[in-house]
Amino acid sequence: MAAQGSEARKSIFRTALILSGLTMFEFFIAFTKHLYPSMFGISEAAAHTIVVVTFIILTLFKAFYIVAEFMHLGHEVKRLAWSILIPFLFIVWLIIGLTLEGDYWGKLSSSEQVNVPEMIDLRA
Amino acid sequence: MADVAVDKKALIEGERPIMNASYGKLMMWFFLVSDAFTFSTLLVAYGALRISAVSDGWSWAYPEDVFTHVPLLYEIWHIEAPLLFVGLMTFVLILSSVTMVLAVEAGHRKSQKEVAKWVFWTIIGGAAFLSCQAYEWYHFISGTPNGGVLVPTALVEEYDLGGGIPDYEDLQIVEFRLPGHGQEGEGHEGGDHAVTSLELFNGDKITDSEAIEKILDDAHHTHAGTYYLEKADAERLRIPDLENNLFVKAYWVTNSEGKVSAIRLTNGRQINGPIAFLNEVQEEANHWETQGGANLVANQYGPADFAGLFFFVTGFHGTHVFSGVLLLIMLYLNVRKGTYERRGHYEMTEKIGLYWHFVDLVWVFVFTFFYLI
Repeated sequence: MAAQGSEARKSIFRTALILSGLTMFEFFIAFTKHLYPSMFGISEAAAHTIVVVTFIILTLFKAFYIVAEFMHLGHEVKRLAWSILIPFLFIVWLIIGLTLEGDYWGKLSSSEQVNVPEMIDLRA
Repeated sequence: MADVAVDKKALIEGERPIMNASYGKLMMWFFLVSDAFTFSTLLVAYGALRISAVSDGWSWAYPEDVFTHVPLLYEIWHIEAPLLFVGLMTFVLILSSVTMVLAVEAGHRKSQKEVAKWVFWTIIGGAAFLSCQAYEWYHFISGTPNGGVLVPTALVEEYDLGGGIPDYEDLQIVEFRLPGHGQEGEGHEGGDHAVTSLELFNGDKITDSEAIEKILDDAHHTHAGTYYLEKADAERLRIPDLENNLFVKAYWVTNSEGKVSAIRLTNGRQINGPIAFLNEVQEEANHWETQGGANLVANQYGPADFAGLFFFVTGFHGTHVFSGVLLLIMLYLNVRKGTYERRGHYEMTEKIGLYWHFVDLVWVFVFTFFYLI
C-alpha cells in the first residue's frame, strides 16, 4: 500500500493541480494560436503542425498522470503495469496504418493527385 | 503434475493475489483494456476520415466555430464564447476524478462517512457533466440561425439535378415567416394575437386568414424564427402560392482554401457542380439563409463525417459516464447501508474508481481530438 492519510491526499492534490495546469495551458494555446505565424515569423502550416504536436504531447502527459496516479498503476507491481501497457503497441500500429491509409483514401477520390498509369487507348 | 493442487478458492477470493492485485481489480483492468481498444479504434477512425477529407481537398470543421454556446451568456446576452463551455466540462470531469480518488483514499482508512461524502460529490460531478453534454448536443443539432441555405427547386430542376437526389420529393419544403413573430424561441402556439399575414421566402404574402390557419396547423418552426411546411402538406392545401415556393435545404461545403465549392442537402447528398449552379445559389444566398443544424449525414459546420463521428464518439463516452453515475449511486447506497463495513474492506470503491478515472482518461483524448486540434 502506498502512502496513507494526509500524505496520500497531498499527492492527490498535486496531481490534480498538474492536470488543471496542463489543461489551462492547452486553452492558452487554443486561444492564441492564430497569432503564432506572425509572432514567430513561421508559415501557417508550420505553426499548425507545432500546435498539433504540442497538444498531443500535453494530452499524453495528462494521460500519464491519470493512469499512474489516479488509477494507481504507477504503484502496482511492474509486471501488472507492463501487461496492461504493452498491448497498446497494437494501437500505435493502428494509428500509423490508418493515418497513411486515410491520406490515400482522400487522394483516391481527388483523382488528379493520384499516380494513375497513363491510359492506353485500345482502339488505336 | 498431479500433486500441484490449485487452490481455486484462494485465486478467486484474492487470498493469494496474482501480481499483488485482487481478482476483482484484475478483471476491471481486463475490461478497461478492452474498452480502451474500442475507444482507440473510434478515435483512429476519426483521424483517418479527417485526414482523408483534408487530402481530398475539403476543409474540416473548426471547433472554435462550432462550440460557441455557453448557458446564460448565450440565452440572455446572446454572447458567443468559443470553447469556454467545453473548458468548464473538462474542469468538472477533472474535479469529479479528484473527489473519486479522495473517496478511494478514505476507503483505505475505512472511514465510512468520508467515503459517502466524496462518492456523493462524484455523483454530482458526473450528473453535471451529462447535463453540460445535453446542452452542447442540443445546440450542435439545432445549429445557428444563418447556417443553412434554401435552394429553390426551380433552380435545381433548371440544371436537371433533381433526378440524382434520393428522396428528392421528401426534401422539399415551403418556408415562411410571420411578420412581427421573427424572434427566436417564440413558438406559434404561444402567441394569442391573430396572425394576419404570412410572408413566403420570395416575398409573396398570404393574407387570407382561413388559409393561414390551415397552414399553421401543419407548419413546423425552426430556431431561426421561421416556419416550414413539407411539400406533401403544402400540396394537400391547394394554395398555388405555396406550390410555387418550394425549396430544398442545404449547407455550404468549403474546400481547404476556405472557398465554398459544393452544397450538401440535409439527406447527405452532396452537389459538387455545375459551377454555374453553385454560383447562382451563392449569389442569391443572402435572401435564402435559414436555420442550420447537424444530423448524422449532413451538418452546417463541415464534412458529413464530422457530425456522425461527433455524435458517436461523444455519445459513447456519455454512455460510459451515465453507467458510471449508476455504479456510483449503487456504491453510495451500499456505503450508507454499511455493506462494506461488514465486508471489512472498501475494494468496490477502488474498482468503480478505476472505471471512473478511465472515463476521465477517455475525455482527455476526446477533448484534444474533437475540440482542440
